[in-house]
Amino acid sequence: MNQFSYYRASTVKAAIDAASRSGNTRFIAGGTNLLDLMKSGVLTAETLVDINKLPLREIRQEQNRLHIGALVLNSSLAEDDIVKKQYPLLSEALLAGASPQLRNMATVGGNLLQRTRCTYFYDTTMPCNKRTPGSGCGAMDGINRMHAIFGVSDQCIAVHPSDMCVALAALDANILVAGPKGQRTIAMKDFHRLPGNTPQLDNTLGKTELITAVEIPAANFTNWHYLKVRDRASYAFALVSVAVALQVENNRIKDARIALGGVASKPWRLLQTEQLLKGQTPTADNFRKAAEKSIEGAVTRTYNAFKPAMVVNSIQTALLKSVAI
Amino acid sequence: MKQAAKGNSLNRVDGALKVTGAAKYFADHQVPGMQYGVLVCSTISSGTIKSIDAVKALKAPGVTAVVSHLNTPPVPGFKQDYRGLKIFNDDRIYANGQPIAIVVADTLERATYGASLVSVTYNQETHQTDISKNIGKAYPPNNDKGYLRGEADAWKNAAVNISATYTIPLEVHNPMELAGIIAHWTSADTLTLYAKTQGVKNVQGTLSKVFQLPPNNFTVHSQFVGGAFGMGLRVWPLEIAAILAARKVQKPVKLVISRNQMFTMAGYRPYSIQELNIGATEDGKLVGITHKATANTSAYETFTEGIVAMTKFMYACPNVNTQYQVVPLNIGTPIWMRGPGEATGSFALESAIDELAYKLKLDPLELRIRNHADIDPEHNRPFSSKYLKEAYQTGAEKIGWYQRNPAPKSMTEDGMLVGYGVSSGTFGAYRSGATVMATLTPEGLVLKSAASDIGPGTGTAMVQIAANATGLPTGRIKFMLGESAYPNAPQQGGSATVSTVGSAVSDACKALMNELGKMAIKDHPSFKQATIEELQHGNGQLSVANKAGSAVTYAQLLKDLNLPEVSVTTTSQAGENAKKYSMYAFSVHFAKIHVHPLTGVVRIKQVVSVADAGTIVSMKTARSQMIGGVTGGIGMALMEEGLIDHRFGRYVNNNYADYHVPVNADTPPIDVYFVDKPDPVINPMGAKGMGEIALIGFAAAVSNAVYHATGKRIRELPITPDKILLA
Repeated sequence: MNQFSYYRASTVKAAIDAASRSGNTRFIAGGTNLLDLMKSGVLTAETLVDINKLPLREIRQEQNRLHIGALVLNSSLAEDDIVKKQYPLLSEALLAGASPQLRNMATVGGNLLQRTRCTYFYDTTMPCNKRTPGSGCGAMDGINRMHAIFGVSDQCIAVHPSDMCVALAALDANILVAGPKGQRTIAMKDFHRLPGNTPQLDNTLGKTELITAVEIPAANFTNWHYLKVRDRASYAFALVSVAVALQVENNRIKDARIALGGVASKPWRLLQTEQLLKGQTPTADNFRKAAEKSIEGAVTRTYNAFKPAMVVNSIQTALLKSVAI
Repeated sequence: MKQAAKGNSLNRVDGALKVTGAAKYFADHQVPGMQYGVLVCSTISSGTIKSIDAVKALKAPGVTAVVSHLNTPPVPGFKQDYRGLKIFNDDRIYANGQPIAIVVADTLERATYGASLVSVTYNQETHQTDISKNIGKAYPPNNDKGYLRGEADAWKNAAVNISATYTIPLEVHNPMELAGIIAHWTSADTLTLYAKTQGVKNVQGTLSKVFQLPPNNFTVHSQFVGGAFGMGLRVWPLEIAAILAARKVQKPVKLVISRNQMFTMAGYRPYSIQELNIGATEDGKLVGITHKATANTSAYETFTEGIVAMTKFMYACPNVNTQYQVVPLNIGTPIWMRGPGEATGSFALESAIDELAYKLKLDPLELRIRNHADIDPEHNRPFSSKYLKEAYQTGAEKIGWYQRNPAPKSMTEDGMLVGYGVSSGTFGAYRSGATVMATLTPEGLVLKSAASDIGPGTGTAMVQIAANATGLPTGRIKFMLGESAYPNAPQQGGSATVSTVGSAVSDACKALMNELGKMAIKDHPSFKQATIEELQHGNGQLSVANKAGSAVTYAQLLKDLNLPEVSVTTTSQAGENAKKYSMYAFSVHFAKIHVHPLTGVVRIKQVVSVADAGTIVSMKTARSQMIGGVTGGIGMALMEEGLIDHRFGRYVNNNYADYHVPVNADTPPIDVYFVDKPDPVINPMGAKGMGEIALIGFAAAVSNAVYHATGKRIRELPITPDKILLA
């Protein structure tokens, strides 16, 4: 079979050093996505650096934030007591993703780095600018029902498949990263990239940088909902998903966060819609009006023309659900 | 002789083997020295192979051969009249994903890697995979002139009529167990095979023709099959590829294809477009039905199925004309899938009946009852049995049909739109010939027949039938199947196994009991005075009627008669009487659904399915089979769709993540009821088949429920949220 070296790192520094030594190195944690991609011939690696031994499995409450180690399993995070109590939106989003088997293997860091499920990306006989820059985009004029309507370029219309990331975007999470030059923090909104002319780059992580944790700032949201609209009830990627978090006081919306999944190469924050909601009363009418603003700038193709209407209706549904109207 | 009381809730006789992993499926078998094959498949959809460069692959560690049309061992049968793709026969490519070479290595991983190193160049030609763009190439298969009863297109002159077009996409069987085979040439002209098939005798017969060797030179084992849904009804090129590879390397070769290869080389339900026109009087009596169906086949073979079959006899309608045509495309050949053509046809017919009912302002169930066919209008002869009206009533009561508000978009529940839908299904009740060997030993009864069990619980039903016929407890009866060395049985398909093999089991058991009785009367002191009519079987013993203390256990009887065993082999088939009747099983499906008013997501909340399948031989497995069929119907209605990018002729969802089949969360409580009345004609058990009717009609029940819930008619399966949103 296709040979590669395997190195098990015991410290973050060792992992980064190992990654820096060879050109084509990949970190492996749960492997739920990477192994699929390697088997399909989409990705190759000369070296796999196994990071499962690194001490990054802790969930802890810190002052004004929740710290989540990069190796925390999706299933552990979804069932964590603090998360369920303080950030149920995150728990709901996690449980909407994949299957129990996958969630038992997949890690928080890996989920952030999940590659698109675009079929043209997966099939190595098809054109795909994300997989093979310059080869063209198969989806653009192909079967693009699952594809992006926001932030697209003429190079790529793939979507980011994660549910967890949609919730993290709504919660203004930060990504903690370690690299050869030390540590840095990347805001969730700056982590994933739009395709532009370099669709092969999914995110702003450096080649030899390693995600060590995700931190979620404390918040005073009173109402939440994660809605995932999909073709079957479980184990299906989103047609559209919506993460909603509201802070409602005295029947006024004080703060609002809305992020979408299944519509862009990154979790799609709706800052304008959020602004429209602030100061309003939480009524069906106000929700509808705000939701209708959310699709400005949407670009559809042959098979995803339904998405703007579905986005509006889904936002409305999620907002209504969050306040239990 | 009297029959012993029958028990109806037998557990699966092989259930423990399956859940403990002891059941051996084809790929579980180990043959010493076995090598592993991996197929290389075409990446174009039409043209010829220019070159195959196998140098790199052959240099890769462990690789022992790369077999293609350039170096294949000869296949004498391909020179004869052969139906199907002649694997490795020439350089012609008919479809994307067509197997063009097989790489053999000492491990699966090395064979997989080797296959990735084979480099192929092509002379590419224009391909066609889009049926809608190729309607002009449609032809009636086998010079089918169509069907006409009464006047053609009489619907046009009816007081009320509807016209509608329904489409169903390609659907791929996708059983859990992948296709493949282990091929072992045990000598220059004898072959042992571990196969995934719905008929070991069919494998034997097909390969006998392919290799021009006597059938008995092929030993086929297929004791357990992990689902097939129709894809195991023929020998595919992939299996012949493995056999050729085994010949080439002179070692046993195991081939298990990948999930994405399951889409291109092991059949599928073809894409279909159906036009339905129905006319009726204002009081809801059908005047005319016209049903035209177009489906795809492959570029190298004509595949046909009964898409328009149901329309010809389902309703008492004086004027019916049907037409069926196929369009050749650069896709592999389809094969019967789950309720096959009848399931395809029933979606159109039963949706159209619902549309007509709403146009007539008549309850859809009432319209069906008003036009119930009391005799078969196609052949103008009686049905052997038909309790469909009873099934309608039972189903309607159980789902609360008459309590609903029939107006579209009139009902809500928990913020969801509520819809109720009904649809009927039917499928021929068949019985062909089968042979069973029944052997009584001191331990019990052993039955052997080359039947198959692809999941419905064949062995369980046969044990039940044998218990009913012999009075032996089920625990002392063994039914052995899936071996080509056993007496002849047909493939497991078309809902005919219980009817055909079950009849043979019943007959063999009766013959065996008769034989034993005769021997007892002749040589056993306890029975010397008795006549054969006075003998009774029950509880594993033979006794004389009304004679207390006369009972002797079978084991004792064998001992007293100094016999190690008694064995009979009998062949059974349908009697001449059957030709006077039309034999069909019937079903009705009721679905209650929720549709989200904003997102268009459909969730099925409750299903009531009622089957008129004659006597139910094995209640528990029959119920399970109905649940399985309905679950397949949920897939068909809401999610299954093989998507091809026509620019490339290539599937874009060829995996379990993107090709959706229902998961538990999609599957509501499914309430199953059986009329459970014997058919007096078909066979000794009175049992009609029920595998197909479990699914046939179900998709229309869902689409009709969607209309009731939303007022939107979705005529294109699957009914995904986007279609409801945009309708």
